[in-house]
Amino acid sequence: MSEAIVVPKNGKHPSYIEHEGKHKGLLGWILSTDHKRIAIIYLVAIISFFLVGMTFGFLMRLELIAPGRTIMDAQTYNSFFTLHGVIMIFLFVVPGIPAIFGNFFLPILIGARDVSFPRLNLFTWYLYVIGGLLAIISILLPGGPADTGWTFYIPYSVRTGSNVVFALFAAFVLGFSSIFTGINFVTTVHRLRAPGMSWFKMPLSVWSLYATAWVQILATPIIGITLLLVAIERVFGVGLFDPALGGDPVLYQHLFWIYSHPAVYIMILPAMGVVSEIIPVFARRTILGYKFIAMSSIAIAVFGSLVWAHHMFTAGMSNTGQFIFSLLTMVVAIPSAIKVFNWTATLYKGSIELSTPLLFALAFIFQFTIGGLTGIMQGVLSVDIMIHDTSFIVAHFHYVMFGGTGFGLFAALHYWFPKMFGRMYSEKTSKVAFWHIFIGFNTLYFPMFIMGWLGMPRRYYDYLPEFQIYHLISTIGSWILVAGILIMFGNLLKAWLNGKKTTEKNPWGGETLEWKIETPPIHENFVDIPTIHEAPYAYKQNESETLTNQEVK
Amino acid sequence: MSSQEQAAAAHVHRDDVGARMGMWLFLFTELILFGGMFILYSVYRYMHPDSFHLAAKELNTIVGTFNTAILLTSSLTMVLAITAIQRKQKALSIFFQLITIVLALGFMVNKYFEWTAKFHHGIYPGSDTLLAKPTGEILFFGLYYVMTGLHGLHVIIGVILIGMMARLTSKEIINSNSYVKLESAGLYWHLVDIIWIFLFPLFYLIT
Repeated sequence: MSEAIVVPKNGKHPSYIEHEGKHKGLLGWILSTDHKRIAIIYLVAIISFFLVGMTFGFLMRLELIAPGRTIMDAQTYNSFFTLHGVIMIFLFVVPGIPAIFGNFFLPILIGARDVSFPRLNLFTWYLYVIGGLLAIISILLPGGPADTGWTFYIPYSVRTGSNVVFALFAAFVLGFSSIFTGINFVTTVHRLRAPGMSWFKMPLSVWSLYATAWVQILATPIIGITLLLVAIERVFGVGLFDPALGGDPVLYQHLFWIYSHPAVYIMILPAMGVVSEIIPVFARRTILGYKFIAMSSIAIAVFGSLVWAHHMFTAGMSNTGQFIFSLLTMVVAIPSAIKVFNWTATLYKGSIELSTPLLFALAFIFQFTIGGLTGIMQGVLSVDIMIHDTSFIVAHFHYVMFGGTGFGLFAALHYWFPKMFGRMYSEKTSKVAFWHIFIGFNTLYFPMFIMGWLGMPRRYYDYLPEFQIYHLISTIGSWILVAGILIMFGNLLKAWLNGKKTTEKNPWGGETLEWKIETPPIHENFVDIPTIHEAPYAYKQNESETLTNQEVK
Repeated sequence: MSSQEQAAAAHVHRDDVGARMGMWLFLFTELILFGGMFILYSVYRYMHPDSFHLAAKELNTIVGTFNTAILLTSSLTMVLAITAIQRKQKALSIFFQLITIVLALGFMVNKYFEWTAKFHHGIYPGSDTLLAKPTGEILFFGLYYVMTGLHGLHVIIGVILIGMMARLTSKEIINSNSYVKLESAGLYWHLVDIIWIFLFPLFYLIT
């Protein structure tokens, strides 16, 4: 891997965007095994599905603006929340940061030319697209889109007449996409680190992607087989989970959550990595407690895999089981809190520059803290009985998944955009977009905490008039949020197509390896593989001194 | 060769340790995939010990034993194929790979007769005979068909995989210097074998 690459005749390496491989034009993108190009086609696919999922969510909110039927019937509403969940979880949040930014930056951050298995990497994108198409087919075929919720709970999922099998199969295929990405990343981190890049010199986003990759490898097969079994049960009538044939629906729930709870850490850990990258750069300070942040990622991955049954406190479980799962749930809060404390402590006395990436990162900390603390409330057995299946839960996981991971992805997009595209977006517009998204998000989801606490059940099509004020505020929030998201993507799209070109290597003053290579990166990332001497966030009193210390060509 | 192609050629690198590591990680995921079904088996066996006892008696232990012997032998021939290529005996390696494929197909033929015999007795998912039995037996046969079925699917994938390896060996892409692909296919084949080693006692021997 350390061999030098051949210098082109004119002495100038083309960027990965201009680089001409075997194929030209569009084929050059969808058949390229360059991790950077794969990241870009993932970006396009994932954001497209995000916009589809967002549309479903937006329409659901519109339906809920007043009690009774507003714009759709109850069956359509059931399908919409299922599709919103399936698309957002399996096609947006789970693959989001690892597939886009992990692919693009993981090899660069560890000083490698590519991932370990470039062809497998491209294959995951095809699996992703096939999974997405299956989800779309399930919408279009007669029988109607799945209406089970994204959890596919037995026995309804084997009895409903809607196209559950396609939705199940979509999730199954997407699971394999996720597994292969995980295998690729673990092997890459083990095998392809640049000379001198010891484990504790890896950037923190690499640590979080590494922890995520392990959870992807170890947890995803369980959901794969479980969903496959439900599909087999539906198609062939094999007795596996259906209580009519002797099966145990609670066992299904266990198997489902054995993956789906660790999956929320697959979703949140990469975003935590992004925040750990952004905070030191815009505070101009070495991150506080590097080892604690790195190890807390591993701790979250380990403990996060052992708490699944806290989704099932009301489903029937022994007292001992409840006690253990409640306790472990509390334990996960510790490494999460370590991260939050370290981030805020890094900001303390830093020279803070309030750029858009940092704004998103700060919003992440704010919203993740709310989402995390309300999560602990649900881990308390007595409280959980009261708020189970209410919109309190919906608010909680949207604060973590969207307020956390979604904002983390937006932060990453604004942080790495100039490096990825060699173009700069309008900072002013991006800040306008940020404030819309931030205010819209909180207006949308905070009322759900209140109405959930007062007893508004989740997934309900209709509600009592006393809840209308909260639903109204929430729906107004969704308008602000969607406006903000459209402004943001409009701004970025405009920048991508014809923004100001930049070849500045290090627009933000970052210290990690991606800021020391060309903008946009050359096909091979590095002309010579760098040798690493320093920890990743070595901000010193004199910045220019640091930059010369570790010169990378 | 343009300069860019030269750059691309220089980029090609080999990392056999990495390739093996990736394969092992994939095997973990396969184990966990089957692990989900083993969990189902254990829980349902615990819930319905009597029905599982009765249902297991209906399976043909002799055919099962025969199939176990076939699969174990095929693992041996796979190992011999790898050893042969290490010793630069290309033809011998291809021979052993083809023997492995033949044994795998023999396993599938046995499986076919076993399944069709069950079908003739009216024991298949959703049949009236099966639905008339106690729920524990319905679950047992449900798991039997699903687990041996998915295992059979893995056998077929293995056959295709080893077939591809035999082709690569004959084209000398797999040779005595570079045989990590064959090793990975071998690892996969041993996984298929070891899963059967667990399926066999759970369905045929424990009654």
